[in-house]
Order: sequence, then structure tokens, then C-alpha cells
Amino acid sequence: MGLFAYLKDKFRKKDNSSDKETKLYDDGLKKQRNELSSKMNDLAKKAKKVNSSYFEQLEEILIEADVGVNLTLSLIEETIECAKKKKIDEPKLINELLIDALLKRYYDDSFDNHDITFRDDRCTVVLICGVNGVGKTTSIAKLGYRYQKQGKKVCFIAADTFRAAAVEQLEEFANRLNVPIVKGDNEEDPSSVIYRGLDYAISHGIDLALIDTSGRLHNKDYLMRELGKINRVIQKRIGTSADESFLVLDASTGQNGLEQAKSFLNTLPLTGLIVTKMDGTSKGGIILAINQEFHLPVRFIGLGEKMEDLTIFNLDKFLYSLLKEVE
Amino acid sequence: MGLQKISEKFQEIFKKIRGQSRLSESNMDAMLKEIRIALLEADVNYKVVKHFLDEVKEKAVGQDVLKKLNPSQMLVSIVQDELTSLLGGEDAPISLNKNKPTIFLMVGLQGSGKTTTSAKLAKFYKSKEKKKVLLGALDVYRPAAIEQLVTLGKQVSVDVFTEGKIDPVELAKHAKKKAYDEHYDVLILDTAGRLQIDDLLMNELKNIKKEIEPDYILLVVDAMSGQEASNVAISFNDALSLSGAIMSKFDSDARGGAALSIKYLTNLSIKFIGVGEKMDDLEQFHPDRMASRILGMGDILTLVEKAKEEIDEKEAKKMTRKMLEGEFNLNDMMQQMKQFNRLGSMSILRLIPGMPKISDEQKELAKREMKNFEVIISSMTEEERLNPEIIKNSRKLRIAKGSGKNVQDINRLLNKFNKTKDMMKQMKSLSKGGKFPPGFGGMNTPFH
Repeated sequence: MGLFAYLKDKFRKKDNSSDKETKLYDDGLKKQRNELSSKMNDLAKKAKKVNSSYFEQLEEILIEADVGVNLTLSLIEETIECAKKKKIDEPKLINELLIDALLKRYYDDSFDNHDITFRDDRCTVVLICGVNGVGKTTSIAKLGYRYQKQGKKVCFIAADTFRAAAVEQLEEFANRLNVPIVKGDNEEDPSSVIYRGLDYAISHGIDLALIDTSGRLHNKDYLMRELGKINRVIQKRIGTSADESFLVLDASTGQNGLEQAKSFLNTLPLTGLIVTKMDGTSKGGIILAINQEFHLPVRFIGLGEKMEDLTIFNLDKFLYSLLKEVE
Repeated sequence: MGLQKISEKFQEIFKKIRGQSRLSESNMDAMLKEIRIALLEADVNYKVVKHFLDEVKEKAVGQDVLKKLNPSQMLVSIVQDELTSLLGGEDAPISLNKNKPTIFLMVGLQGSGKTTTSAKLAKFYKSKEKKKVLLGALDVYRPAAIEQLVTLGKQVSVDVFTEGKIDPVELAKHAKKKAYDEHYDVLILDTAGRLQIDDLLMNELKNIKKEIEPDYILLVVDAMSGQEASNVAISFNDALSLSGAIMSKFDSDARGGAALSIKYLTNLSIKFIGVGEKMDDLEQFHPDRMASRILGMGDILTLVEKAKEEIDEKEAKKMTRKMLEGEFNLNDMMQQMKQFNRLGSMSILRLIPGMPKISDEQKELAKREMKNFEVIISSMTEEERLNPEIIKNSRKLRIAKGSGKNVQDINRLLNKFNKTKDMMKQMKSLSKGGKFPPGFGGMNTPFH
């Protein structure tokens, strides 16, 4: 049994009793699923036989999902070889081979999608970074909401002192959630805000300190150096880097996502990705490419605008929701 | 700069193909394959890549390239022409109304940079065109979006219309009334980010459009976005009949594929690009100049404009004339370097032909290199500076000793000089031969 068949089997059985989270994945990924599966199904239906143009069209589907050229080419090659070996030439089965090849990449790299592990000895520190406009502040609010509901004492540290009204934005979330916030003045060195914030968190028995940073383009050296300094200040205050350092990635990001991951990894010991805006039409293929190249797992995924729409990334659910309508 | 990597890639491919004495069907195919990968890696839309390669192939076959005297050169020029036409040959400038406010409606996905871009655009019209500008805050959804626009408005000294979080359609109407009543020249309305598939919010935009009839509806697109950027542009265009796009975050190292695709797929032209975090960092987009930037030919026109803003005009004119006439020596190069140092911004270097490898993040390195070059050039005789060709081994040794550098350093300097000079020659012959991308015809206008 191929991986795809296994996945379908696993979920189809309990599809009726779908839990809340599965529904979140289902709803959030509806658009992508429709497009992806209808494209693949159409292709299989229309094709009389499998030839090089068939594979070209499969290639197109992957590239349009932002999987990236290199990975796409290698997936297609693998599928062609496998089809030859197994003497398969029925379009539907070829599609299945491709999906299996794709799944194998996901599973080979064993996405390590565990929850945040809380420390007993002091507050758990989570640092959020990323390029401009990916949804860092909103993600922090959603994380705060999530763990507050689990009974944790949460605080926000608003260290984006650069963007106009970024602090106010987080403050508004803090008020809504009734979460304490330590904020910087305009243009204050973010490191000093963070130092104060950690002081506050530690002395007030906070369980989870969420640090918001300015959006920074990964190719601006001075901004990456600033982030390095932030990391050093955290180390100074708590003895280690942040317990979790997440890079926030917009699902609509193209191949530039690879450069982003590379540059942030050079600066910080990243522990994972938060992929936002997956409820759009972008298929987020870049996360596969990033995982292949840097072994950086997706930890959280944003599937909608509501507070509860940021959830732990579950690979099985993600793939099943994305692919279940492929025949 | 965003285009640097794709530009390097193209130069690499061209170099390879030029180096081949014979062009066969198979190595032409190999080249096209490499171009395909370069474009796809730059997030150029799949359909656009396909179209592009089909066109190039068709032209190559049509012109019987393989049988011509210099087939590889011809192929390169076909690729250049196609790329230029893909970007949309001509500028599509925005013209403001004479007797009433010109209204801009800024739309786009969440996080694409609408608010920042709105403020930059306000600054652009206020400072460069001396217009009376009003910003309107219509994003009632994102927390503190209004505060953000108010703060930015203060930074650029532009009035901001706010009325709290009421219906954005009403807000738009009131902002328009204020703009008319108080004789503003330009009104820029910042709207909330939305997904193109969010019917409710898309309808809100349609209603705003119906009520206030904006002159320009501009889509703000993140330069780092992937294949989906084209679909987003198509959907927004279908819903609102856009007037154009602004690419934000062009100062990232994204390769600008979205910019290449949107023009072809929607026929929307790109009006501006955001090139930095400061409020002045918005540039008008010139497709022809962009094409030559991508192809690694530099962007002389933008360079001259920048230079004119910051260096004294006489020097700029002289420098440009020399560059164009190809009579360029080491003195000129040093002069240039000094001027750039004075500009305080090395980002300008990306505009110079032959120097595409220097980018923002290498600023410091480049600065150091300049210092080195300056030291080396200072150790040369005037004759050597005017005719660098005469610098052979023994002179190199002397100069190395005199400047405390080694011969490799001298060679590096001479290489760079030759490369720059070659590029200038190339530009000169291109502009004479009429092979230059459209728009470069007006090349001489700034220095009559």
C-alpha cells in the first residue's frame, strides 16, 4: 500500500466523527484542495495515455504550488522512474505515484511538530521573527490566546519599536486578552525592551513570554545583526537562547522563502516555522522546499483570521485535507 | 536589490552561450532549459515562462538563427528583446487631475505593505511634485492600522483623515468630501488587507469604488510572493478593474518574478516599487530600465537621476557623457567612486553597468574595496591613469609596492575597470545601433 492510500485509509474511517481540529484544516485548506485535486483529476481524466507532456503538466501543478523547481524536477523524475519500473501507465495511478513521492519527502524528513514544551524552572521564552508583513504580531496574539486558554500565565514583550503603531497593535491584543505587556518607547533599542520584559516575566511568575520583533528583510545585514544582539541579550538574561525561536512565513511566499530561512538560521537557533495565511489560495509548497533543505519543521499553521485559527501543525491532517479529493 | 540574482544568472547563461563557437540545436535547447529554471526560481509564473520560451524559440527558428554568422549573439539579443517586451515596453506614468483631487485607492492582501506604501506615495507627491496630499485611513479591521497611518502621516507631514471605525464606504465618502472641500490635490485611501476570495470584503471595495470613483486603484504586491501573486492580481483586477500595481519590498533579494508575470497576465503596469524602509524609498518603475537591470546592463538613467538629486549637476553631466562616450579612464573611475562615497549610499552602485555584483549587504566590503582602489590609483602616474592599458608587469610591481598592496589587487582593479569600460562601450553601441530597449531613445535628454 502506498503512503497516499494509507493516509486516506487512516482518515476516511473517522472522517464522519471529524474533530474540531480536522475541521479547521478542512475549512482552511478548502480552496487549495479544490484546485489541486481538480487539476490532478482533470489531467488524469483527459489524458488518453501518459507521455512526456503529461509529466510536464504534473510539473506545472507542483511549480504553481511553489514547491520550487529543483524539488519538482526531482519528484517528477522519481515518478517517471518508478512508473517505468512498475510498468504503470494509467494516468490515475501515475498521479498516485507522484503524491506518494511527495509524501515520502514530507515523512522522510519527519516533521517534528511537537507543541511548545514548558519549563518548570522559569518562564518559557518564545522569540518571533520574520520579514515584514508576514503576520508576526497577529501570530503572537493567537499563541497568547492558545496558551492562556490552557491555563498558562502569558505576557507579551513588544519589541517592534520600529514600525509605526506596531506596539499599539500588540497592545490592543493584550487588552482584548487581558494579558500583561511590556513595551518599548518609539525607537528604543529592542534589546533593552526585551531585557526589561524578561525581568518582568521572571519576577511575576509568568509561564510564557512571547517576544514580538520588527519585520526585517533577511538580506539587510544591520537588521540581522540587531536580531543577533537580541539573541545575545536573551542569553545573558536567561542563560540560553529563547526556548523557541520561530520564523514566521507567509504561505504565499515564493522561492525567496529559502533565502529567508537560510539567513535567519544563520543568525538564530531557529526551532521551527509558523506558516500564516494558509487559508488563502497559496499552497505553501515552499514549506516543503524549506524542510528539505534546512530540516526546519513547521510548528504552527494559521488557517483563518479568528484567534483559535492558529493551530499546531499536524502533517497527516494537513496532507489529508490537501489531497483527499484526488481520485 | 531584488533583481541581482536573476541578473547574475542571465549573465552566466549568456556568457556560456557566447563562449560557444557553434550553436547547435542541442546547446540551444540546453540554454533555453537553463533560462527556464532561472525564471522559475525567480517565481516567474509558470504560464509566463512557457509563453516566454515559446516566443524565443519561435523567433530563433523564424530567423534561422543557427545558420547565421553569429548565432549565439543573435539568440542572446532575442532573449533580451523578449524580456523587455514581457516587462511591458513603455512607462505608464500617472497623471494627476488639474482642477480636482486625484483619488488613489490602495488595495491588496494582508501584509503586502499598503499602509507603508500609502505613506510613501503621499511623501512622493508632497515632496517631489509639491502637491497638497491627504491620506485616508479606511482599515478599520486590523488593530492599530489607523494609528500606524496617523504616525506615518506625521512623519511625512501629510494630513490624515480618520473618523474611527465606522463603515469604510462612509469613511471613503467623507474623505473624498474633505479632499474636495479643502482643495487637496491628492487623496490616498489606505484600505484593509483582504484575501481575493473573501467575497464580503471584496464587495466592500466594489462599493467604495462605486461611491467615490477613484482615479487610480493600485494593487500592492509583495515582491517576495510566489506563483500565487499572479492569481491574486487577476482576481483583484477582475473585481475592481485595477489601474496598476506597486511592488513592495523590492529591496529584498527576491528575484522579482511576480513583477515579470503580472504585466503579462493582467496587462497591468507596475507604477512604483518600494525599495527600503525609509519614507523616501519609493521609486517610479520604468519597465525598460528594469529589463536592462535584469540583463545586467545596468540602469544608467536611474543612476543619472539619483546622481542629479545628490551630486552637483555639472559633475553628473560630465560623468554621464564620459560614460556614454566610452572615453573612460581611471581618473574618471576614481572621481566616480569619490562621488558615490559622498552620496553616502552605495546602493546606487547597483545601477552601474558592470557592477551588478555589489549589493546592499556587501556595502561595507565594497566601501573597503573602494578605499583600496583609491590607494592604488593614487600610486599611479597620470599617464597610467589615463591609459591603463600600458600597465604591464613591471608597472604593476611598482604600483603594488607604492601602494602597499599586492599584484593581485592591482589586477582586480584593472579587471573591474575593463569590465566597466566594456559595458559602457556596449551601451554606446547599443544606443547607436538602435538596438536599445525602447525608452532609452530619450537617453540624452537629461544632458542636453
